[in-house]
Amino acid sequence: MKIDPAKCVACGNCTYVCPMGAIYIDPERKRATIDRDECVECYACFNGLSQEHLNPTLVRTIRRILALARVRFDPEPDVCPTAAFVPDELTWPRTVRRAFSDPRVPHESTGIEGRGTEEVKTNDVSGRVRAGEVGFTIEFGRPGVGVRFREIQEMCWALAKAGVAFEKKNPVTSLMTDVGTGTIREDILGEKVMSAIVEIKTGVERTEEIIRLVWEVEKRLDTVVALGVGARCDEQGDEDQVREILERLGYRLERAKTNIGLGRISSAHAEDSRKALTV
Amino acid sequence: MTNTLHRYGDAESFHDDYVVFAIACKGKNDEDALPKLRRFLEIALEYKPVNLGDARHGGALRPSRSLNPLSHWKRDIKPDFMAVINGLDVTTTCAAVFDDRVAAEDFVKRIKEESLGLSVNVSTSIDGAEQCCQHACLARHSVGYSLGFEGKTEKLPNSQVLMLSTMCGHGMISHSLSKKMIDWVKEGRRTPEQAVSYLARFCSCGVFNPSRAKRILQDARTKTQ
Repeated sequence: MKIDPAKCVACGNCTYVCPMGAIYIDPERKRATIDRDECVECYACFNGLSQEHLNPTLVRTIRRILALARVRFDPEPDVCPTAAFVPDELTWPRTVRRAFSDPRVPHESTGIEGRGTEEVKTNDVSGRVRAGEVGFTIEFGRPGVGVRFREIQEMCWALAKAGVAFEKKNPVTSLMTDVGTGTIREDILGEKVMSAIVEIKTGVERTEEIIRLVWEVEKRLDTVVALGVGARCDEQGDEDQVREILERLGYRLERAKTNIGLGRISSAHAEDSRKALTV
Repeated sequence: MTNTLHRYGDAESFHDDYVVFAIACKGKNDEDALPKLRRFLEIALEYKPVNLGDARHGGALRPSRSLNPLSHWKRDIKPDFMAVINGLDVTTTCAAVFDDRVAAEDFVKRIKEESLGLSVNVSTSIDGAEQCCQHACLARHSVGYSLGFEGKTEKLPNSQVLMLSTMCGHGMISHSLSKKMIDWVKEGRRTPEQAVSYLARFCSCGVFNPSRAKRILQDARTKTQ
């Protein structure tokens, strides 16, 4: 993302809306400026701010006069008065920042917006996490801290060493050069993103071991981790096995997303599956 | 949507927060999902949601690309639900947000009867989702627990800010703007309704809950944390 200095009037609205705090008013240039190393290309500034198309010279003059009188104009806080933000032509590896940070851009590897993962939200159709299994979503950088791939790799190495398999249909997995060791491609390790999710699946019996491993590694990371644990319910809709393990580990379970089991494979795909089995 | 999973707050703070979303499974039932997703949103409208949205275009309150300067004095802060329904043009995740338990339960029951074939998830307190399932005579299929935030949590802001900003799990609502809105409401510079409308416009998939946000801002006016 860029800010057109000819348009910017240094109103400062954008400095608050940047989730990474990467925008500041340069005291010498008197223009909003983006710290490119901290910017994750989330487009919150460009997509979230409403735009006016006022004359920059006029706005600067009015602001100067008001400032002389120690009066501060009180504009709407979610507006860029001169539409000064200009999307940048991104090239590799910077494109990876936007892919993991702008939720409106689907991940190429999965075709899904947001963080590009389906987890247990389509489990009634995909059968991704079955009875006796646990699906982990280990999310880095959320909320509002951000993460560099170097730190994600540290967790991936530890998980791979523990012998767990990474979810194939996951954007982070698609960036690994060696899924067996959890090694992420070298050229993106320094890239910062809003957040990224590593997905793994294990047997229920390994739940505690994996969580303790995450606890151990996250101590060494310079970011926050949001852990999600998905499990299949029984025929009555109960799920006590994983819940008990989590509560024993000290977690107070407050919120969950619950798949209510209404999904089904469409007739076209069911036919494809039948043909494949016949062949 | 992991986007709705890690909202900050205890179970009680989700008593007015029910996110029900529909999603197609890639390669399994996504080829004819668009009209079903639109139907999901249309039905939701009958149950008086506080927000509707799709993951590609956003929620019922959206930023303007060419705002009239006079809007500073008279800004429309009413959600436009029909814009969400009419604007849905790709298969993506669609969400309906309710601030009322009964409405959420009735909506889930109706969605079951409609038999759309899409995966439907309820994101709220664990008990709240169970009640929705019981009301619709459904057995939960799978559950994704949120274990909250760990690691370098000293980098996170206070609980009031977190409760607001994590209502967009994609991180589009910054901690700084949330803090600024709390301050502006405290100072009397804006009403909670106005502050909520600014925040909601940044949510890019429409899962932000304006009712809960208003309550949080009203509480924050008199409480320090």
